[in-house]
Amino acid sequence: MSILFTLIPLSLLLVVFAGWAFFWAVDRGQFDDLDSPAWEILSDNATDKEPEE
Amino acid sequence: MSATCFHCNEPLGTSKLTAIVGDRDEPVCCAGCRAVAELIAGAGFSQYYAVRSQAPSRPEAALLQADTWSAFENPAVAATITQRTGDTDAVTLGIDGLRCAACAWLIDKVVGALDGVQEVSTNLATGRVHVRWRNSRLSLAEVMRAIARAGYRPFPPGDLSIAEHQQSERRSSLRHLAVAAFGMMQVMMFAVASYSAELNGEIIDPELLSFFSLVSMLVATPVMFYTGMPILSGAVRSVRLRTISMDVPVASALVLAYGASVYSTLTGRLGDLYFDSVTMFIFFVTLGRFVQMSVRHRTTGITDALARQMPSVAHRIRDGVAESIPAASLALGDIVLVKRGEIVPADGALIDDEASVDESLLTGESLAVRRMRGAVITGGSLNVGHPFSMRLTAAPSQSVVAHIVALLERAQGQRPVISAAADRASRRFLIAVIVSAVATAAGWMIVDSSQAFGATLAVLVVACPCAFAIAMPAATSAGIAALARKGVLVSNPAALEALAAVDRAVVDKTGTLTHGRLRIARTHVAPGVDRIWCQTMAAALESSSEHPIAKAFRLESSDLPATNNVRVHAGLGIEGIVHGTQYRLGTRKFISLPIDVLPDPQPASTVVLLADEHRILAQFELQDELRSTAPACVNSLGNHGIATAILSGDRLSAVEAVGDSCGISERHAACSPEEKLERLRALQSQGHRVLAVGDGVNDAPLLGAADVSVAMGRGTALAHSSADMILMNEDLRALPAAIDFTRRVRRIVRQNLFWAAAYNFGSLPLAAFGLVPPWVAALGMSLSSILVIANATRLLPKRSAAERSRFSSSRGSSLPAQAYGS
Repeated sequence: MSILFTLIPLSLLLVVFAGWAFFWAVDRGQFDDLDSPAWEILSDNATDKEPEE
Repeated sequence: MSATCFHCNEPLGTSKLTAIVGDRDEPVCCAGCRAVAELIAGAGFSQYYAVRSQAPSRPEAALLQADTWSAFENPAVAATITQRTGDTDAVTLGIDGLRCAACAWLIDKVVGALDGVQEVSTNLATGRVHVRWRNSRLSLAEVMRAIARAGYRPFPPGDLSIAEHQQSERRSSLRHLAVAAFGMMQVMMFAVASYSAELNGEIIDPELLSFFSLVSMLVATPVMFYTGMPILSGAVRSVRLRTISMDVPVASALVLAYGASVYSTLTGRLGDLYFDSVTMFIFFVTLGRFVQMSVRHRTTGITDALARQMPSVAHRIRDGVAESIPAASLALGDIVLVKRGEIVPADGALIDDEASVDESLLTGESLAVRRMRGAVITGGSLNVGHPFSMRLTAAPSQSVVAHIVALLERAQGQRPVISAAADRASRRFLIAVIVSAVATAAGWMIVDSSQAFGATLAVLVVACPCAFAIAMPAATSAGIAALARKGVLVSNPAALEALAAVDRAVVDKTGTLTHGRLRIARTHVAPGVDRIWCQTMAAALESSSEHPIAKAFRLESSDLPATNNVRVHAGLGIEGIVHGTQYRLGTRKFISLPIDVLPDPQPASTVVLLADEHRILAQFELQDELRSTAPACVNSLGNHGIATAILSGDRLSAVEAVGDSCGISERHAACSPEEKLERLRALQSQGHRVLAVGDGVNDAPLLGAADVSVAMGRGTALAHSSADMILMNEDLRALPAAIDFTRRVRRIVRQNLFWAAAYNFGSLPLAAFGLVPPWVAALGMSLSSILVIANATRLLPKRSAAERSRFSSSRGSSLPAQAYGS
């Protein structure tokens, strides 16, 4: 069972990383509008630009 | 299907217009809808029609005229709202008429197709579009024109800081929520391990167990002090103000449970661990608040509403030259030119001989009014006659509309406070908890003082009002979601509780009980004259006018004969030559020919006569048509024990007619916004709970002061922002249905409160006698919360099989295959 003493701190590190990733995504505006991006798939427009921010 | 317009879904009337969409001709109700539908189809975006969930509003004629937006070609005007960096310009515009995700998609596509656009993103939640473009290739005016051609009205947003504030609020709550969610899952993992061991009678290595509790504490601490901060500080605030809100018992339970768990972890006296309950509870409370915040954000602030209402550009005349300037920079004494179809930017005295303006949004008067030289024209009215100039008697910020907004803000401040059921319950609850905690401590002191601390703590933790705190928000959130499906958008969650208790209703007439625009109710023709021919002639004569009367004729015909020498006589009528014959269309006074063959018109209708040089050819009776759902709504409200009264700014005769056909006996005509407010206050002072329904600017104070208020979906932005609910589909029958539903919500809330109380008070004595092991307490806490949430989900509409397959079928049948190719 002593492996748990290593694995649990490791899992905590993963949680911290996941939390950081989520914060990062929130700050980048990924969650500002959850309704319209779903319709993007309907676009067959090849001229779509990459978001530049 | 064929009876409604392909674009805006409104009834077609007798329109014979069609729009070419793909290889089919689709019926449309007016030239505006045709232009928009053909633009959308022509640009290859016709998927919009397959996927939209709400029909757009009928595009105003002024939207589609290219010169409406030319003021923004002036770089000085454009610079007031754009930000320039190097060779790119960026702007954030508000969009009026944005209703569903498909609208946002359409705007992205239409603007994105312009040459020079680098970035466009439409945010449905805030109703704004952000556009960035190369300024050498495109101007602001062209961007606005493109949005307008798709049928949406762009406007410079009134106050960007509100949107920024909402965005940061949303982002911060998301972060709080994420921390609680991650923390809850981690802590639960350890808790489940130790609980299941305890259940099976196994024993976990004590070293491992204390390691578990240490890690749990590490994870629970940020949840407690980061996500839980708003709850803790809310409790501190309400204690300082000497009031008791729900935050107080919640926060004290949290602090105690967390403190006790930290104490036992650090001292190694294992046993009383509540980290799992603490994190889970914080997560649920924060989730409930997040849902309510999203609802609140959906309606924009009052400042923004004013920006939607008033024009952003005005034409100031200086030294005989007209220049376009931002309306906000107008000052007292400026001379302003108002073109036909434009909204008057501020109050002013007319300099020209006469003008006709449509004040329906301001006063509820359904007909255009005529103003003579020197008369004051109110800002916010629509010029439906000739262009006129006026000298401002008030700056835009001092105008009547601004005054109404101030009235509204005051009215909202003085709204009767209905203390929420949960707050009342929490006060009683807190007292009960304190009493039993003190009794427990005192009892154990006498019996066995070493047990006193543990048992008292157990009482306080078991009494943690998790389920209590969640009972209201869970039911309210589910209710809001269910009402949204029925076409009722709720912007103030507290309104659900208030709507269930309503016993009186006051409704506006123009635009609420009626459609708010004139239609031809009856046509009588002279012997030997063709009815359709008369309507075509009338439509031809009125085709160039913006007058409300002209709009009634406009919908009727498509191929119009050419007219020459058209002259408008303000307040009287219009004349012109068609096929070489002189025709006149207008009031009895204007025609001045004997009327012998035609029947008397019905009261409260506006009569328009068509005549050639010798005799009267036809008599049109125009009426602001009653919504077909209005009588059923009034009747149904009556069955709910709610008496309805009309408060209208319109003439008595028009109000009487509508009152008669709806079965409303209490009617008040010619009311100013202040009078409406007074009548409402009179009802409220008699102890009535009043529901107000309206659509206009003049209804806004009424809506703001009522116990519950509902605005019509196509009403003014100011009415929207002052109302608690918006009737998106304008079906008045949804109103009694919503009342029924809120009464159901109230029932569920009561059940929830009952269950929560039953759990808490049932477990209190057990805890007081030291009979509740911590894992049972934690499990009970979770189960009671889950029970409350499950009960609330009963309010959510069952998703039908048809709805579940909607997406796949719309892909299969309506969308062209090429949408997925290339």
